[in-house]
Amino acid sequence: MASNKKYWQSVEELKENSSIVETLRNNEFVEEIPTDEFLGNKEALSSSATSRRDFLKYVGFSTAAASLAACEGPVIKSIPYVVQPEEIIPGVADYYATTMADGFDFANIVVKTREGRPIKVENNYLAGGKIRPNARVYASVLSLYDSMRLKEPMVKGKPASWEEVDAEVKKSLDQAAASGGQVVLLTGTLASPATEKLIAEFGARYANFKHVIYDAVSSSAALDAFQSVYGERALADYDFSKSDLIVSVGADILGDWQGGGCDTGYAEGRIPKNGKMSKHIQMEANMSLSGANADKRIPMTVTEQKYALVELYNAITGSSVSTPAFAAKAEVAKAAQQLKSAGSRGVVVTGLDDTDAQLLVLAINNALQSAAFNPAGARLVRKGDAKAVAQLINDMRAGSVHTLITSGVNPMYTLADSAAFADGLKKVKMSVAFTMKEDETATLTTIAAAAPHYLESWGDVSIAKGYYSIIQPTIRPLFKTRQLQDSLLAWMGNSQSFYDYLKATAPAYAAGKTWNQLVHDGVAVAETIAPAVANGADFSGAASKLAQAKKAGELELVLYTKTGMGDGQQANNPWLQEFPDPITRVSWDNYLTVSRADADRLGLENYNVANGGLNGSCVTIEVNGKKLEKVPVIIQPGQAKGTVGLAFGYGRKEAMKPEMVVGVNAYTLYNNFNTVQPAKITKESGDHEFACIQLQKTLMGRGDIIKETTLKDYNTKDAAEWNEVPVVSLDHKEVPAATVDLWESFDRTVGHHFNLSVDLNACTGCGACVIACHAENNVPVVGKSEVRRSRDMHWLRIDRYYSSEDTFAGDVETKEAANGLFDSIETFREMEDPAENPQVAFQPVFCQHCNHAPCETVCPVAATSHGRQGQNHMAYNRCVGTRYCANNCPYKVRRFNWFLYSKNEEFDYHMNDDLGRMVLNPDVNVRSRGVMEKCSFCIQMTQATILNAKREGRPVRKDEFYTACSEACGSGAMVFGDINNQEDTVAQLQESDRMYHLLEHIGTKPNVFYHVKVRNT
Amino acid sequence: MKKVGNHTSISRIIMFCLAFSLSFSLSVFAQDAAPADAAAAPADAAGADAGAGDPAKGKELFNTLCAACHKLDAKATGPALRNVAEKHDREWLYSWIKNSSAMIKAGDPVAVKLFNENNQAVMTPFPQLSNQDIDNILAYTSQPAEVPTIAPTTGGSPVAADNGINNVLILGALVLVLVVLIVMLALVNKTLKRVAAANGIEVEKPESSVSLWQAYAKNQFLVLVTAILLLLSASYFLYGYLMQIGVDQGYEPIQPIHFSHKIHAGDNGIDCKYCHSSARVSKHSGIPSLNVCMNCHKNIAEFQGDKDSTYVEYSKEFYTAEIQKLYDAVGWDKSTQTYTGKQKPVKWVRIHNLPDFVYFNHAQHVSVAGVECQTCHGPVETFEIMKQHSSLTMGWCINCHRETDVKIEGNAYYEKIHDELAKKYGVTKLTAANMGGTECGKCHY
Repeated sequence: MASNKKYWQSVEELKENSSIVETLRNNEFVEEIPTDEFLGNKEALSSSATSRRDFLKYVGFSTAAASLAACEGPVIKSIPYVVQPEEIIPGVADYYATTMADGFDFANIVVKTREGRPIKVENNYLAGGKIRPNARVYASVLSLYDSMRLKEPMVKGKPASWEEVDAEVKKSLDQAAASGGQVVLLTGTLASPATEKLIAEFGARYANFKHVIYDAVSSSAALDAFQSVYGERALADYDFSKSDLIVSVGADILGDWQGGGCDTGYAEGRIPKNGKMSKHIQMEANMSLSGANADKRIPMTVTEQKYALVELYNAITGSSVSTPAFAAKAEVAKAAQQLKSAGSRGVVVTGLDDTDAQLLVLAINNALQSAAFNPAGARLVRKGDAKAVAQLINDMRAGSVHTLITSGVNPMYTLADSAAFADGLKKVKMSVAFTMKEDETATLTTIAAAAPHYLESWGDVSIAKGYYSIIQPTIRPLFKTRQLQDSLLAWMGNSQSFYDYLKATAPAYAAGKTWNQLVHDGVAVAETIAPAVANGADFSGAASKLAQAKKAGELELVLYTKTGMGDGQQANNPWLQEFPDPITRVSWDNYLTVSRADADRLGLENYNVANGGLNGSCVTIEVNGKKLEKVPVIIQPGQAKGTVGLAFGYGRKEAMKPEMVVGVNAYTLYNNFNTVQPAKITKESGDHEFACIQLQKTLMGRGDIIKETTLKDYNTKDAAEWNEVPVVSLDHKEVPAATVDLWESFDRTVGHHFNLSVDLNACTGCGACVIACHAENNVPVVGKSEVRRSRDMHWLRIDRYYSSEDTFAGDVETKEAANGLFDSIETFREMEDPAENPQVAFQPVFCQHCNHAPCETVCPVAATSHGRQGQNHMAYNRCVGTRYCANNCPYKVRRFNWFLYSKNEEFDYHMNDDLGRMVLNPDVNVRSRGVMEKCSFCIQMTQATILNAKREGRPVRKDEFYTACSEACGSGAMVFGDINNQEDTVAQLQESDRMYHLLEHIGTKPNVFYHVKVRNT
Repeated sequence: MKKVGNHTSISRIIMFCLAFSLSFSLSVFAQDAAPADAAAAPADAAGADAGAGDPAKGKELFNTLCAACHKLDAKATGPALRNVAEKHDREWLYSWIKNSSAMIKAGDPVAVKLFNENNQAVMTPFPQLSNQDIDNILAYTSQPAEVPTIAPTTGGSPVAADNGINNVLILGALVLVLVVLIVMLALVNKTLKRVAAANGIEVEKPESSVSLWQAYAKNQFLVLVTAILLLLSASYFLYGYLMQIGVDQGYEPIQPIHFSHKIHAGDNGIDCKYCHSSARVSKHSGIPSLNVCMNCHKNIAEFQGDKDSTYVEYSKEFYTAEIQKLYDAVGWDKSTQTYTGKQKPVKWVRIHNLPDFVYFNHAQHVSVAGVECQTCHGPVETFEIMKQHSSLTMGWCINCHRETDVKIEGNAYYEKIHDELAKKYGVTKLTAANMGGTECGKCHY
């Protein structure tokens, strides 16, 4: 029987004759749907010739037509050379040795070109290659194809010809000569004998000529100190492979300290040989790459570092300059004792912008007779003179500078007091800026002279005394550019080209090499260098001055250069913007690094939001009344209490694609060219969204991911103890994991079998391999918001882990000690937080090319399969994008193309313009949307090597195989090769007792192996 | 009873029309055949002033010694030589031909002028020639030029154009005739009907029975079978259609310069890798740059095939004009024998287009495996117009990799790996597939 219950929706219904109820009953919607609004004029609609039916017909027809038309292939044109240059064979790469020198980065390189366009930078492994390329040098090839480059000279903001520029400049120079006004050439460090000679000749024509050298990030203090002792404006060279104990006081020896490039020698000494390896003690404020690699890292404020230097000086030279008490005094004393016993096998370095500190280092190393310390072969890559720059600005403001020519510098961006420079520029009659971009300075100068990229130029560099290298063009100038040197020659009325000038100058430095040989090798080394003669200096005076240093301001702001960005010249380079910082793993930003204690005190925080993105508080930094607002904060483990860090190179605005305008300009706080500034910090409202690619900070005691041991254990104990073989249970018995298998193994003894070895001792985390991989494999740039969503495409990532206890070994103990459910939960929760001064470990991770790959078994379309040479293949055209493989990969190395990243307006990076696409490697496919990709072990390179051997009818030579990353690894941490060839280095490395596989217990049998990290504690 | 069957009459009309049209076309071809060549044979009237030379021997000598740099009627490296005997003194010519550089050194004004006029190209001295030989050569060069025969230039196009006009006329006439016939038939039919009506003869109408179509429609079995057949054939053709998408087998585009592989690789027997030299070392076979063409075409300014040669598809003028296109592109001035510097690259239409995701390397196949070009590209030496011979599908590639033995002999790279693999598979020969040539990653990266 039906129920008589009455259901009601609102009280209104209970009222009889309620008009509302009546209305609701009859109308489907409570309110009239505003159809008129979206249908518009009813009359117009009905009178329209296109009925709804017609509309559908059109849609149907056009869809059908479009899909039919898509079946037709396009007509592709092929245009051969009219006259083919002899050295170019389409499809075969040419290599040219050259040198990068942009005033900040210097490196000896080989450039790979295809069909006449440079596509990749590689190492110049010839003897005489002084500095190996870093990540920025690898990325510099993309800066050549920067669409924001200045394409022709501009006079007063209008495009002009070089003839017009010459006429204007010559007129101005004549006027200057007549009136006696100053002619000033402002350049970065050139380190170029030929250019310096040319400038001297140019300057001799004017009574009042000055050549001012200006380094954006100055080493002026170190230069002053070296000059006062050795009488030359240069920097001492250090070879850390000759040292058993390295004590660094605030010097980022693996970063850009003194022009960089020290990591090769450093890494050499870090690989344990015959039971010995170097020991590295780092005293620093910011967590730097060097600190992360150090055996012992002592966080100190800059003031404390000065005291520490005095203590070291006391211990080594037997002086007794008393210092105030400071926290780490005991540890410094211990280090001083070790240094003393190391004697000539010890070395001390410092990166403090303080002449006294630099003087002490020279004194200490001389007293030690340190083998690593080499003042004779001094480096010439930093010559900037802070005082001369300050003087120039004063002269400009006084109106005494008539003509100013700048080259390769951007003072309007890099000067702390750029307003003063702008003011002075107004009083200069004629200003010419040689620049690749219409940057902050070039927009203000009278003439913006379009300068070529170094890959389009001739030149020479003397990186250090006795080392000479050539810069040769690898492509014709893309735009109407002219080098400074050619322009100077033209203005001198010299019809010679700089090429001829260089050719005439070079033999004096070529160490007997012919011009052709010199250009071929790119480098020449002089056999003998004059020994350096040390003059006395007031060392004890310097020490006592240092001992009286006082901390100024609430916090010490320590400015530094990031591995990815350097001084910011390449800020419009998407590879570098997307390059994650080795320490913080944040890309697309700079930020204030703050210690946990200071952050708690100021109420600053970092937290992850639901999609995994990292957010951080924002602060305002105030230095001597100058404010920098909206600076995001990263809480940095290991940051010395009372200090904060901020990187240069960000916050550029001119000649940048909008996507690249990120970060804040730290140069505005770089007063007096001192990287240490007294700062006051106030919290701002609002949070900043970071693009951080690593959320997990600690290893959680999983000592089998990065295996570690101490040098003592390594030398005394059995390998099984510190390189434990993982075991699994088979028939209730523990057996080594590698012996248990679900599958039958293939026979891999025939032919090549590729393996890649990564030595965790030699890896400094510098990231050169990441960029090299980018360049070789056409890895797309996805942009900040995609990186934030963990959709980064790097095939190679360098994981960075902090220890939760003081050491990683401590983590393992803590984990083992956890007992019971609640204790475990609590312990693990605590272990997520890194320690105040943690140990740091880097681990490059890429596709492990498992012989029993979990990804291969789950692909429904067999798009990923195994090759008999050990490579895990990925057929992009076969992939349908189920992403099962990525889910099943225990190493999380597969990358999915969520979007089409080339020729897509939404991703306006290099692959969106014709110019930027010139950097693409034609041997590697550009992947489309919806496709999975990953490291291929550079199969295009191994295939090319095999083919070369086959064509020449010979077996593959020893160590002939290499990948982009192994080639780029200047520290020798990555070695690639064929383990079936017993001669190959990798075959021997595989036999090492330090060898282990990542997650060996899951039985994937990877073709990548790691070497246990040994710490010399 | 009389039955009037219309269809027979229609077929008759068609037959008639066909016969009618054939009679026209026959006469047309007869006209074509009529003007046979019978061109004037080269007049063998040796010039009186040619001395006692024998032009036949002279021709032989000219072709072996002089033709590399001289032509009779056109400037090549050296000047045109027709009637050169009239331009210079006979003794002067003897000494010039025997040693021209000596004369230039001696400062003979005529010699120096000539030397400068010809880009200062030194002429090879021929001391071995006797005066009689030189007389023979000069006799040959003094022969009057062949009168260009107009008749043999019956190439394809002009005649085809004539035929086209004729055909239009014939078609028009035919249509007219047809229309007249149809009208006549209709009239006859009408008259007959009228006569029949007048005479009271009843024209029988076709019986209305169940039509075949209706019968078929009622038979469900037949309908089902047909439907299945239709579906099957439709899917067969659809599959065939879909499978040929992106497969451009037989693709034969019109190129900016009509380059005949038949003439170059076929008749002249030039090795493929002479022009496509990068096939030996590079992934690309390479379209030859124009300077490679000029290696030969500096001297070959016009098509020199005879009318009895195998290539008669195009006229001599046509081919010569194509060579001129090459000169225009490379900036070669035929008359002064110099490069003008005005270049314009040739935009060839690419025929063999592999997708981006496939890596193919010519050097691997040509240099290492020793595969003949023709294996994939077909008998190119017979192609007047280049086309894609093979399908270039993945199945086609893989099939070859499965069937082709690796060329191991004399290649030290393969020695060790071959021994080991041969032992593993128990065979003496190895296919590319045995070597891993069918793995995805070998071609897709």
